[in-house]
Amino acid sequence: MSIILNQPTGPAHTRIYAYGAARGENLVPNDDLVGPIDSSDEWIRQRTGIVTRARAVASTTAIDLASDAAAEAVARSGVAPEKVDAVIVATISNPKQTPSVSAIVADRIGANPAAAYDLNAACAGFAYGVAQADALIRGGIAHYAVVVGAEKLSDIVDPTDRSISFLLGDGAGAVVVGPSDTPGIGPTVWGSDGSKAELVGMNGTLTDFRDGKVPWPTLRQEGPSVFRWAVWEMVKVARQALDAAGVRPEDLAAFIPHQANLRIVDEFAKQLKLPDTVAIAHDIETTGNTSAASIPLAAHRLLEEHPELSGGLALQIGFGAGLVFGAQVVVLP
Amino acid sequence: MAFTNDEVLAGLAELITDETGISADEVALEKSFTDDLDIDSISMMTIVVNAEEKFGVTIPDDEVKNLKTVGDAVTFITSHQA
Repeated sequence: MSIILNQPTGPAHTRIYAYGAARGENLVPNDDLVGPIDSSDEWIRQRTGIVTRARAVASTTAIDLASDAAAEAVARSGVAPEKVDAVIVATISNPKQTPSVSAIVADRIGANPAAAYDLNAACAGFAYGVAQADALIRGGIAHYAVVVGAEKLSDIVDPTDRSISFLLGDGAGAVVVGPSDTPGIGPTVWGSDGSKAELVGMNGTLTDFRDGKVPWPTLRQEGPSVFRWAVWEMVKVARQALDAAGVRPEDLAAFIPHQANLRIVDEFAKQLKLPDTVAIAHDIETTGNTSAASIPLAAHRLLEEHPELSGGLALQIGFGAGLVFGAQVVVLP
Repeated sequence: MAFTNDEVLAGLAELITDETGISADEVALEKSFTDDLDIDSISMMTIVVNAEEKFGVTIPDDEVKNLKTVGDAVTFITSHQA
């Protein structure tokens, strides 16, 4: 007689319960960075919209930022930490490959022995994490999940680089995802294009650095090419995510794209033809580009500044090094 | 229908005005996008994408770097029309 395995099933729907945020302690103004790139405050503002970027002090790690953001999200969610049974941390900047950031974060927030893993999808990492949390819970693999985007990018910048370094900041944003009576996370549209891997990423390997062949590796990008892809290709992905969710642009309460550059955010919103009623996240102006952390940080700020957005629909889309992208419509808690 | 050089120049001037606010009168063949018109790389890419749509041509990223003057862009577009 053959044995039939038990296979789990979960609830029909999930939603985001709460957000948490942590930013680097210092808001670094443009004037502090312009010397080595022979530039000016006006030049940076015009090209990026950035006025300051949050950067952490030397003793603060991405793990610290992730733990603080996750703890806030759990506290606000009303879910007991011990009920959290999955912790996913999206990050590309932790200088220690293993152990994972996520296992330490799970322990620090009181969720030990939750399943925990890090994921590397750069600026799309948070959207990837939300997709996974949603699937894990609806599949019955987890009950409550914490998803964190956490970066200390200031460890991988070159002060003389004019392509990306001056955009980058440090921070972490987190959410708690759990079961819901009504749909709270729309279908994820995601993907990659490794043929464009050279457009943005690290400019060297750790082994080449060890062997003295390259300086300390830092981030670089082909700005104009990334800009074209990030707006005109990603607009198609954003429209697919809206269509998949059955949502029209005018149904949105908020648009929360990865905070790459204010020019990208604004051109993206223009191409999507969003009505004036849609709140557009502009956290980039003071926090800078924090890769995987930028979407939840921007959402957290929007909800702090506009609590009336609670219960509304938000389109979030991440895109970056890989190239990778991920988008979904969510109900704001 | 192929566009003439004058039509492409006029169309480009319109796109440049829309993106940057620069008067169309200032857009001439010999003008450098960066040195004379002070167009940054992000605005340049926006103008390129809009020009692709307007004139029905493809302008790859690698080609954009070679378009130093308005005349370079007009020549590229007129010679790559379907």
